[in-house]
Amino acid sequence: MGYTIAEKILLAHTDNKSIRPGEFIQVKLDVALGNDITAPIAIQEFKRSGCKKVFNKNMVVLVPDHFAPAKDLKSANQCKILADFAKEQGIKNYFEVGCMGIEHALLPEKGLVLPGDMIIGADSHTCTYGALGAYSTGIGSTDLARAYIDGKCWLKVPASIKFIYKGKLNKWVGGKDLILYTIGKIGVDGALYKVMEFSGPVIRKLGMDGRFSMSNMAIEAGARAGIIEPDEITRKYVSGFKRKPKFYHSDPDAHYENVYEWDVTGLEPVVACPHLPSNVKPVSALKNIKIDQVVIGSCTNGRISDLRIAASIIKGKKVSPGLKLIVFPATQKIYLQAVREGLAEIFVKAGGIFSTPTCGPCLGGHMGILADGETALATTNRNFLGRMGSAKSFVYLSNPAVAAASALTGKITHPEKV
Amino acid sequence: MVIKGKVHKFSDDINTDDIIAAKYLVSTDAAELGKHCMETIAPEFSKTVSPGDIIVAGNNFGCGSSREHAPLSIKGCGVSAVVARSFAAIFFRNAINIGLPFLESADVDKIDNGDMIEIDLAAGRINNTTKKQVYKTQAFPVFLQDIVASGGLINYIRKTKA
Repeated sequence: MGYTIAEKILLAHTDNKSIRPGEFIQVKLDVALGNDITAPIAIQEFKRSGCKKVFNKNMVVLVPDHFAPAKDLKSANQCKILADFAKEQGIKNYFEVGCMGIEHALLPEKGLVLPGDMIIGADSHTCTYGALGAYSTGIGSTDLARAYIDGKCWLKVPASIKFIYKGKLNKWVGGKDLILYTIGKIGVDGALYKVMEFSGPVIRKLGMDGRFSMSNMAIEAGARAGIIEPDEITRKYVSGFKRKPKFYHSDPDAHYENVYEWDVTGLEPVVACPHLPSNVKPVSALKNIKIDQVVIGSCTNGRISDLRIAASIIKGKKVSPGLKLIVFPATQKIYLQAVREGLAEIFVKAGGIFSTPTCGPCLGGHMGILADGETALATTNRNFLGRMGSAKSFVYLSNPAVAAASALTGKITHPEKV
Repeated sequence: MVIKGKVHKFSDDINTDDIIAAKYLVSTDAAELGKHCMETIAPEFSKTVSPGDIIVAGNNFGCGSSREHAPLSIKGCGVSAVVARSFAAIFFRNAINIGLPFLESADVDKIDNGDMIEIDLAAGRINNTTKKQVYKTQAFPVFLQDIVASGGLINYIRKTKA
């Protein structure tokens, strides 16, 4: 019996001769990521263990992005814990405000995560890097502390589920729609403790930004990883990276617990309704859903191609009176690119704001909290009750094109209607 | 290890924002986090918990974020264990790593709010003393039992390295 790409990467990072789903293994890590919410507990636990020096300072990445630039005194103190630890340990991959971006857009951009890597991050959306053909998974702060101590992580080998997408995507339909469609089909625990492997001709034509959006939301179906076999698009993306990538592919006789095959020809943009990412509807089924705020950005859809799509719809127009449009590019590089291309100007002239990179509103942190009774349409990844602020608010999730079109009309709108 | 307590019942897909909202993630103190446990969906929850009580829930408990503040807040408000039909993977490992006992059980629908239950982690048994029923379930693998018995992953690593 052959191995899936996920199993091959796990096997390459253990001392085991073979592995199989359900088995507990200890893996050697290439990268261990933490942010301003999760790393303070990890650093506290690391210190409590009596350890003085991190196992390998080059594998440690620290990104204050959730409540940064610090939203209040308490978050300032949390961010400072990261800065102090980075200084004390000589960690070079610490990204202060000014260099900082949303972690899951920043790490690939900086070439810190590569195909074939074994990556953990104390952030659930660490699964994003699966788009590069890495095994990348969200863990907790204590796991991160352990990685600081001995560079390893325990895990139970997950079984894999294969998703094959066939057909041709409509205009305005992309990676975000494919993953929302998938979560809608299988549910928020449809891939619980499994690896999702995304494949098929539609994936092969999808650019890296769309692939990142898909892998990013694997966790919303309960998955440990959302992985895409590397191809020419991946190779081109990582060609300038310092570290050498390793390209793994699933064996033809690899075992999958389940295989889904869908023809996505004619698929409409998909919207997830409150309060679960699985509560999806085609955009045209949503009539007269009035919205108070549109958020375009995040680790799911804050990349340059996302901003380009949104700007192409908004260009020369005004946002609906009374609607708040908040655009937050995911990294400084994307920010600058958006300024250079005139995208920032398009958003500001339309009556929106163009924010510095931060996770901010996505998790109800800052920069756009929802009031009682308010409704938002966001390109983010979660629409749980109270996620973006008030427990009496409502969050819908969509791709950037639907978000941009809806910002113009004030209600959820198909991009072809504007 | 046998844990006894009164049941607080929750539904399916209880997510980490339900367990501890993001606005409270500026603290790492379990007792402080515990004051706001389940606040979004049950504002009075932390006040109704007596030390030793047990949360019983449906599928996919703890889905969403990796925030270890979620199991910490559960521990911090005095809850001694969680029983659910299934757990989200990151919550599962966080609970193990911080030594919060939990069990998966297919019989959660038979357990009601306010029931008194006893759970035996090593045997994989739940005794509903209110209803006089016993539910069998899968015991934890030994590897995970060892981590929980050590009081969490860091203690376990220190012990095994020594």
